[in-house]
Amino acid sequence: MKTIFKRPEALAETPTHYCPGCTHGVAHRLIAEVLDELGLRERTVGIVPVGCSVLAFNYFNFDCQEASHGRAPAVATGIKRGRPDLIVFTYQGDGDLASIGMAEIVHAANRGEKFTAVFINNAVYGMTGGQMAPTTMPGQVTTTCPAGRDVEQVGYPIRMCELLASLRTPGFVERVAVHQPKYIIKAKRALKKAFQYQADNRCFSFVECLSTCPTNWGLTPLKAVQWVDETMIPYYPVKNFKSPETEGEGDAD
Amino acid sequence: MAKVLMKGNEAIGEAGIRARGLCYFCYPITPQSEVAEYLSKRMPEAGGVFLQGESEVAVSNMLYGAAGAGVRCWTSSSGPGISLMMEALAYIAAAELPVVIVNIVRCGPGLGGILPSQSDYRQAVKGGGHGDYQCLVYAPASVQEAVDLMPLAFDRAERYRNPVLIIGDGMIGQMMEPVEFKEHKFPPLPPKDWATTGCKGRKPNVVNSLYLDPYAEEKLNLRMVAKYEKMKKEEVRCEEYNTDKPYQALLVAYGTTARICRTAIHKLGEEGIHVALLRPITLFPFPRQRIYELAQKVDWVMSVEMSTGQMVEDVELSVRCEKPVHFFGRTGGVVPAPEEVVEAVKKQLGAGKGGQA
Repeated sequence: MKTIFKRPEALAETPTHYCPGCTHGVAHRLIAEVLDELGLRERTVGIVPVGCSVLAFNYFNFDCQEASHGRAPAVATGIKRGRPDLIVFTYQGDGDLASIGMAEIVHAANRGEKFTAVFINNAVYGMTGGQMAPTTMPGQVTTTCPAGRDVEQVGYPIRMCELLASLRTPGFVERVAVHQPKYIIKAKRALKKAFQYQADNRCFSFVECLSTCPTNWGLTPLKAVQWVDETMIPYYPVKNFKSPETEGEGDAD
Repeated sequence: MAKVLMKGNEAIGEAGIRARGLCYFCYPITPQSEVAEYLSKRMPEAGGVFLQGESEVAVSNMLYGAAGAGVRCWTSSSGPGISLMMEALAYIAAAELPVVIVNIVRCGPGLGGILPSQSDYRQAVKGGGHGDYQCLVYAPASVQEAVDLMPLAFDRAERYRNPVLIIGDGMIGQMMEPVEFKEHKFPPLPPKDWATTGCKGRKPNVVNSLYLDPYAEEKLNLRMVAKYEKMKKEEVRCEEYNTDKPYQALLVAYGTTARICRTAIHKLGEEGIHVALLRPITLFPFPRQRIYELAQKVDWVMSVEMSTGQMVEDVELSVRCEKPVHFFGRTGGVVPAPEEVVEAVKKQLGAGKGGQA
């Protein structure tokens, strides 16, 4: 009998602790499928973050390092510079990457570090219980902006892909979503490209995944999917922002 | 090999390369930037990694990553930069990673100044970062000793799987002295079978400091304590001066200050006042037992430091508070003159006599 669906080898046989309707599991699985398909699992090191996915090293079936909050890109830089033969990826949420770790991700991207950064954007701090993130939507209610995000006070949500794509250094930058099958298929394609660029020793690669957090959004899983469609995607366009092939387009110099 | 005249910072850079510390991350800060400048030229020649990071925060996490992947790596910095590395240092210690950090100490707190100081003693010896951990801490008193301690630092970092600090006051980094790069031989190191080098042919390795189960965390803490206890038994290093003949007072000083004390002791000797010196080479583990033994022959001990008095507490503990421990120091970047140490010793001897009368 032909096997048409199985657990990827790069995913451990362990139940995850994620909430119902959370898309971390989807993102984990896509990474695992891509590493299996590219045959990279045995030389991969994943950098797991501080946040809901802090225990991801239990869910992946390859070597992992646990980074401190925000520093995954620096940890990845250390590994990749010291051992360029390894395949290294970071996995960070929005508070981790776009708030406390802003310096590390921008400089790693700007140096063109040849690792893959996976950015899970669900517009909220998850593990600490739903506080405002740099990516929280205008008017979105969180535990630290109970009246909704006031852009007069704290500015607008940061668009990381747009910010990183503005850097002159070549790279691959794409925003995807992992809340619905049609987006998930494209997300996998983007992740595969990202890891392929790394395997080819080509460039820094960055994939932002628009994700759900029903628990901290106070929505049912179905309503959360709808919220991504109606609130996040209009502000965070799902598309490719930069790739080595299109390098130089639109540059003033 | 013949001796060469080198600035301390450059000699430390060269010693790092010769000790196969071929992966160096850095961020510029006075008074140690010459280490980075030297290695930016020399590291590519040696086939190693040189990278200037965006901050000391990033640099220290690059060390975490590289060390976790089994790469021998190191950095150098000074006070304010070292403070920024303290977070990562706690993670490095908890994940039991071998990393060497050189601190060419400037005066502080805050931005302080760029002149020599020993005011980072507590930060180095008592923790600095959060949680239950210790670093093995070496304090060279000459450029030659700094060069000799580099290979030892790498060896011990990997043998114990623990961060090692080399604390040189600004003088060690900035002055030029003749140095010889000797061959250092060590017994074979244990294999780094814990490193994240790709899981081909084995179960995945995880470099981690997260233990949500209190019993697991306590187990880690106790395993780390066992390493520190082993260090206390096997790694204490110190040097004695003038302890082989009768002496009226015992000084304890490390680094450049110890050399100033030697000159002061020589001057005192010319006046018929015999004083001995113990120079800790390891600040952790501290040469407690030897200080206790040497203190038996005197009425008091004096800690001499380029700080407002930080090591003095460890000297007090070493003599088990059985004898008075006095302190003399200059700080803020002021280097004490030997004459000042002479005066401090004489004053104390005089006070002692007065007290007895």
